[in-house]
Amino acid sequence: MVQSSTNAEEWMQVKPQGLYCIPANAYIDPHQPVERAIITHGHADHARPGHGMVIATPLTHEIMKVRYPEDQPQRISLDYNKSYQLLNEINLWFAPAGHVLGSAQAVIEYHNHRIVISGDYKRHPDPTCQPFEVVECDTFVTEATFALPVFSHPNLEDEMAKVRRSLETFSDRAHLIGVYGLGKCQRVMASLREAGYEQPFYLHGALLALTKLYENHGYNFGEWKPASGLKGKAREEMRGRIVLAPPSTLADRWSRTLPDVLPIMASGWMQIRARARQRRAEMALIVSDHADWHDLIRTVEETKAKDVWITHGRTDALEYELKKRGINAKALDLIGREEEVE
Amino acid sequence: MEEFSRLLDELYFTNSTLAKEKILANYLKTTSDPDRGWALAAIAGTLRFDLFKRNLSKSLMVERMDPELFQLSYDYVGELSETIALAWQQSDEPILMNRLPTLSETIVEFQGCGKEGIRQYLVQLLDNMTPPQRWALLKLGTRGLRIGMSARSVKRVLANMKSVDLEVIEELWHGLEPPYENLFEWIDGKSDMPDISGTIRYLPVMLAHPIDEEKDLQRITPETHNAEWKWDGIRVQISSNEIETKIFSRTGDDISGSFPDLVEAINFHAIVDGELLVKTDEGIGSLNDLQQRLNKKKPSAKLIKERPAHFRGYDILSLNGDNLRSLSLDDRRSELHKLHESVNQEIFSISELLEFETVDDLKLMRAEADKSNGLLEGLMIKDKTSTYVSGRPKHAWYKWKCDPYLLDAVLMYAQRGHGKRSSYYSDYTFGLWNEAGELLPIGKAYFGFTDEELKLIDNWIRKNKLKRFGPVQEVKKELVFEVAFDSAHVSTRHKSGFALRFPRIHRIRWDKPASEANLLEDLAKLIK
Repeated sequence: MVQSSTNAEEWMQVKPQGLYCIPANAYIDPHQPVERAIITHGHADHARPGHGMVIATPLTHEIMKVRYPEDQPQRISLDYNKSYQLLNEINLWFAPAGHVLGSAQAVIEYHNHRIVISGDYKRHPDPTCQPFEVVECDTFVTEATFALPVFSHPNLEDEMAKVRRSLETFSDRAHLIGVYGLGKCQRVMASLREAGYEQPFYLHGALLALTKLYENHGYNFGEWKPASGLKGKAREEMRGRIVLAPPSTLADRWSRTLPDVLPIMASGWMQIRARARQRRAEMALIVSDHADWHDLIRTVEETKAKDVWITHGRTDALEYELKKRGINAKALDLIGREEEVE
Repeated sequence: MEEFSRLLDELYFTNSTLAKEKILANYLKTTSDPDRGWALAAIAGTLRFDLFKRNLSKSLMVERMDPELFQLSYDYVGELSETIALAWQQSDEPILMNRLPTLSETIVEFQGCGKEGIRQYLVQLLDNMTPPQRWALLKLGTRGLRIGMSARSVKRVLANMKSVDLEVIEELWHGLEPPYENLFEWIDGKSDMPDISGTIRYLPVMLAHPIDEEKDLQRITPETHNAEWKWDGIRVQISSNEIETKIFSRTGDDISGSFPDLVEAINFHAIVDGELLVKTDEGIGSLNDLQQRLNKKKPSAKLIKERPAHFRGYDILSLNGDNLRSLSLDDRRSELHKLHESVNQEIFSISELLEFETVDDLKLMRAEADKSNGLLEGLMIKDKTSTYVSGRPKHAWYKWKCDPYLLDAVLMYAQRGHGKRSSYYSDYTFGLWNEAGELLPIGKAYFGFTDEELKLIDNWIRKNKLKRFGPVQEVKKELVFEVAFDSAHVSTRHKSGFALRFPRIHRIRWDKPASEANLLEDLAKLIK
């Protein structure tokens, strides 16, 4: 363990733009354009366009290029576990966060103090990204999206079995799964293949570019087709098969054109029945790319951090529980994090 | 329990009634006795006992979980059973089971336990279950299943399985007990139809057609037809034998528990059909008064005294075990009068026949009903020779309702519909102006318009969105609906202080400026 000689609060600060490292003049996941940004992963509430310089993993850069083709920041590409010198001899490196492709924890070392800004992370297995690695540290910055004891994410296999069973009962209905385009879509496809689904997937246009990016990096999802490529009678072939589209389409006009559609939502929120009903989902797939209650606490303890800062989510409960365990926890309440993006 | 839990989950999340029925049918076909019968009872709401008290699960939870975290969780989830199902922490030394018990094993075990045994068994089950299974158990145990499936829908599944009319199942239903093994034996073709003679029966009711003033009025003469008031209560069937008395709603639900005063007053062996009302010294109460009684599964003595139940009979279907349904209406009514001589007439009256000579007399009476502010819904006109046929036979009974009230109201909020309509904004909340020039909501309606009109309104809403509150979409206060309703009453449900009975969209007033819609005081004037 690194001997700590400073208090991170003296050189890390919460500013309206986001979490700020003063001596490095750099923000982590700022939600407004800044001069120098360290980006943990490609989700839109963490990676925004318009920064002067972006430091991120090579994959996160690629994701940002797909999302913001017009954006031209100075790009610093940093592989996992490679160091980069920021201003004032501050050392920065990335560790895998297990959240989505390219996702990282930002590790910042300054005056013998190590702070880990974990971004969003999960500990459950995911065939479409590198697993989370624990980095021991003095200060650990964590999310709290699912920080309540009611959140305990089930096994993915059981969730995928629900879809398979429904395909048998309703073999004439197009099964539309609402998924976010980065991470969730690909993880669900990979898991369904593992569960033995052999038919093609039908993808909404908004999911194509990122899925191809995954494929370019060696991930394989079997056969898929753009759903919009099928016109008239050809759309009938989607009966009894899986269509993937962004969640907003579940209750919208797009889904009306599918043959006898059965709307399914894949998200960690689906654990709460009322949330699933709100989404108009007829099946709730509990698939989360965030740590659940147990994993949040386990992770904090494994990092051996004395100070824990909680960025967003159900901060009350996590702060309460960590303090009970003798850990000095405080909520930062960062603004601009969209928890619906899960 | 695994299959039962899976079944509940699938039913819970499925919106369409047809799809729910398919899921239930699949379960009943593939599950063995007596499990499927218990599941049927749980869903149809015919279980007669709680397996454990709701408080027990809560106190178990408080024992094993930090109260602060429990409160935060409960606040977030908003529902007790679900919070417990999700947040349950396994005991320190759990008794692990090599398999979960079946649904019927679970029910039998609970019933055989004393208080402490129930507690231990509940802990053991919860320790061994997944969150959806725990949810199913907690909902089953306290009979709080809300999966949006009516008893009627359940019976339709059974009727389809046996390829018989729904009425056949409805007649049988109240003569059978969970876990319904004799019912399934018959459905599977292994035995004859269960014999339910001697048990309390519910007979599917006869319904009226709305009268077609152009075509039907000319058939009506005092020689061929009876006229009665159409009271605005609820349609019930009193079914009684030497042992017990039950009151069934029009859909066959047993509502005896809510009306012990009426049950006690019954001293005959017969099945009678009529309207349930509230009647005090001041006369017949409004539907609102009756609603208070309906809402209470076990009414207090005070409530019963303030709002005594009253039965206004108009038909008799069976007397001392003999079927009267094939008699003519006139003959049935004379049997009803004979029966009436020996009952408590304070609580049981007969629906009087209205004297008329011409159709014009009937029109005048209907106009009179119009002025009753909803107490009378209009007239019933019945063919004297008609036999009692369940369902809606043609030209036997007519209902001739009062003209609805109409008001121009302004659309305020819209919500997406269910099932086929889930991608359209099809539920509308509308309001009237108060003196200060504010719009206050008076009601909600989701029908009365055509599919074409729905698309137009949906389109208008998408172009005129304001804020969003969860599923509720606020819109610009610019679109006027002519809203029809049967009556209005004072209510705390809406901010305006009024509520409407049976509101529907009568016309869309694309042409009318919102500022010219009706005022709240126009509605107030309708209530005397």
